[in-house]
Amino acid sequence: MKTLKNILGLHFSTVILFGLCYPLFIWGIGLLFPSEANGLPLMKDGNIIGFENEGQKFTDPKYFWGRPSASDYDANANSGGTNLGPTNPALLDAVKSRLDTLLKYNPKVNKSDIPIEMITSSGSGLDPHVSPQGAYFQVPRIAGVRHLDENALRKLITANIEKPLFGLFGTERVNVLKLNLALDKYDHK
Amino acid sequence: MNNEIIGVIITFLLTVLIAIPLGKYMSKIFKDEKVFTDFFAPIERFIFRISRINPDEPMDWKQNMKAMVLLNLVFFFWALILLLIQQWHFWNPAHIGNMEPTLAFNTAASFVSNTNLQHYSGETGASYFSQLLIMVFLQYVSAATGIAALALLFKGLVQKQTSNLGNFYNLFLKTCTRILLPVSTVIAILLLLNGCPVTFNGPQDVHTLEGKIIKAATGPVAPMIAIKQLGTNGGGFFGANSAHPFESPNYITNMIEVISELIIAIGLVFAFGYYSGKKKLAYTIFGAMAFVFITFVSLNIKWETGGNPVINKLGIYQSNTSNMEGKEVRFGAPASSYFSIVTTSTSCGAVNSAHDSFMPLSGGLIITDMMINAIFGGVGVGFLNFFVFLIIAVFISGLMVGRTPEFLGKKIEAREVKIAILVALLHPLLILAGTGISSFLAAHNPDTGWFTNPGYHGFSEMLYEFSSASANNGSEFAGLSANVPFWNIFDGLIMLFSRFLPIIGPVAIAGFIAQKKYIPESAGTLKTEGMTFGIVLLGVVIIIAALSFFPALALGPIAEHFLL
Repeated sequence: MKTLKNILGLHFSTVILFGLCYPLFIWGIGLLFPSEANGLPLMKDGNIIGFENEGQKFTDPKYFWGRPSASDYDANANSGGTNLGPTNPALLDAVKSRLDTLLKYNPKVNKSDIPIEMITSSGSGLDPHVSPQGAYFQVPRIAGVRHLDENALRKLITANIEKPLFGLFGTERVNVLKLNLALDKYDHK
Repeated sequence: MNNEIIGVIITFLLTVLIAIPLGKYMSKIFKDEKVFTDFFAPIERFIFRISRINPDEPMDWKQNMKAMVLLNLVFFFWALILLLIQQWHFWNPAHIGNMEPTLAFNTAASFVSNTNLQHYSGETGASYFSQLLIMVFLQYVSAATGIAALALLFKGLVQKQTSNLGNFYNLFLKTCTRILLPVSTVIAILLLLNGCPVTFNGPQDVHTLEGKIIKAATGPVAPMIAIKQLGTNGGGFFGANSAHPFESPNYITNMIEVISELIIAIGLVFAFGYYSGKKKLAYTIFGAMAFVFITFVSLNIKWETGGNPVINKLGIYQSNTSNMEGKEVRFGAPASSYFSIVTTSTSCGAVNSAHDSFMPLSGGLIITDMMINAIFGGVGVGFLNFFVFLIIAVFISGLMVGRTPEFLGKKIEAREVKIAILVALLHPLLILAGTGISSFLAAHNPDTGWFTNPGYHGFSEMLYEFSSASANNGSEFAGLSANVPFWNIFDGLIMLFSRFLPIIGPVAIAGFIAQKKYIPESAGTLKTEGMTFGIVLLGVVIIIAALSFFPALALGPIAEHFLL
């Protein structure tokens, strides 16, 4: 009987302390940083047009495309990868068909210009980044559709490359959503 | 690529640098010494008063283990019942329904046992209420259960001729308030500042650049990610776990998360040194663990950055040929490899990439890591598992040189060795019997629909699932469709067995050792520290853990490798 009192007392007090007080305390700190606490949303005319770190689906030839996604960039369903194993024939088929699609929409481009991440799906299905080469190879297509200068587009990409912190921590990458926002801005000038 | 490997090395060094002072701090907590967090004392006293607990009451190993089991039983039913009535929760803006009973059983067992195997996906399967008052709560108390049990063992090893192992309630609560709460608060704030959301607003409407309106899941993410990493729980807020941009927005958050996973596990090894005054033994243990760990990390990075030859032969851009299927660009292959070994070494089970899509050998290595389950290991329980190997190593090396096996001045006798062997064999038994039964079922019912991947890899998926459940890891080869009654119930039972028996066994051994007479060290004492003993220790780990699994590994990952 005494043990039962001990245990139930400890149970409910830890529920309140760690299930309730702890997250509410962090939430309270979040109120001081409203943008971060909401996942760094990008706003336009009072609407959220995306999140800085969350990938968005691009299929229009006038935009830079991101990586293949197992969830088709559905940010409200079950995120994750394809989970296809390395020797699964379905993986090779998927990779080949992604490669064919990219070559079809980028006729001026060779296979040897297309980097690995553009034909493999990400771990979250919401990967916001591609490698710099993943953006560069799309330049001829976008220049053609938008009637822009290819060199200017390359400069735009270079300006949007995110470098590893202190040259050590991280990879060289380009945020596709931010690049496309910069692209729209540049094109409207 | 080279800078990414240096990034990994610095991450590990930082981890050890943080773990050493943390270990010293934890040993002070276990000894009830003065520490700078004594301002929590009034809260603890209040909780003890309303629970009628006398935190200074001496308890023997049986009383302590009874308290531990009963407390966890209450946690289990709390989770089970609340998950079954999820649709009526407040804080449920996405209107998520009740969990199906076998899924609720699996989830309750999973979070109570510090496993956090998830057969649901957070976006569609858990209310905010569940995420906080069930998952976050259990991530705290399950981690504290393991650490408190280890503190009992520490005490048992240094006690002389007494049955007193300390007070579980006291160690449990202090672990929560003094270790887990302050550190995870710091981690949660760091994650928040990097864009890990904390909001109760529910899914948000997003007006995309291409003119569609979609919904994006958010939630009180940051507090959960902090404790899921620190407590080696691993259960994420979203399906993709730490690959999801809201769980780990950038490389720095990835570093913070991977460091948090390891600091307590490594810290406890050093805490043992400070607690017992046997620093050299602690270095020996750390050395043996680090040797296996670094070997695994190096191999995994080599195989993952080497990439998939089948894809690389297609003639694509050749400057990066890593295996990027299931990985995120912001982390890259080396940091993903490192994360995968950390998460399976520590029984954390958080993932920042899809393990199912790793190369066959690196996938096999991850499974092996869970089969050993004592390289740093889960918080508290990792060292308990390693202690079992330690007892066996002392016994075997004692026999080899013809001396009575002794450890820290206490004789190791038949009873202790029997318990150690039974605990050590439980893990292979559960994994291999489980994989055997499920393989039989799969072979006789070709249309189970369990597998995303055919052939050897499908077998690896089952082997992974059981290794993960039995190691209380919680990561998955997620191609296995495990949310069916068979897996929910079977995994759930395995998680409970492999959680509580390997805690009770070593604590019982400590209870017996505490009652023994202390024999001062002499020239005839077998030295349990230094290089020689370290090698024997590694030998025992490899023989028991790795070799008993070799045939199963040969049928799965190794066979698959030869298909490439």
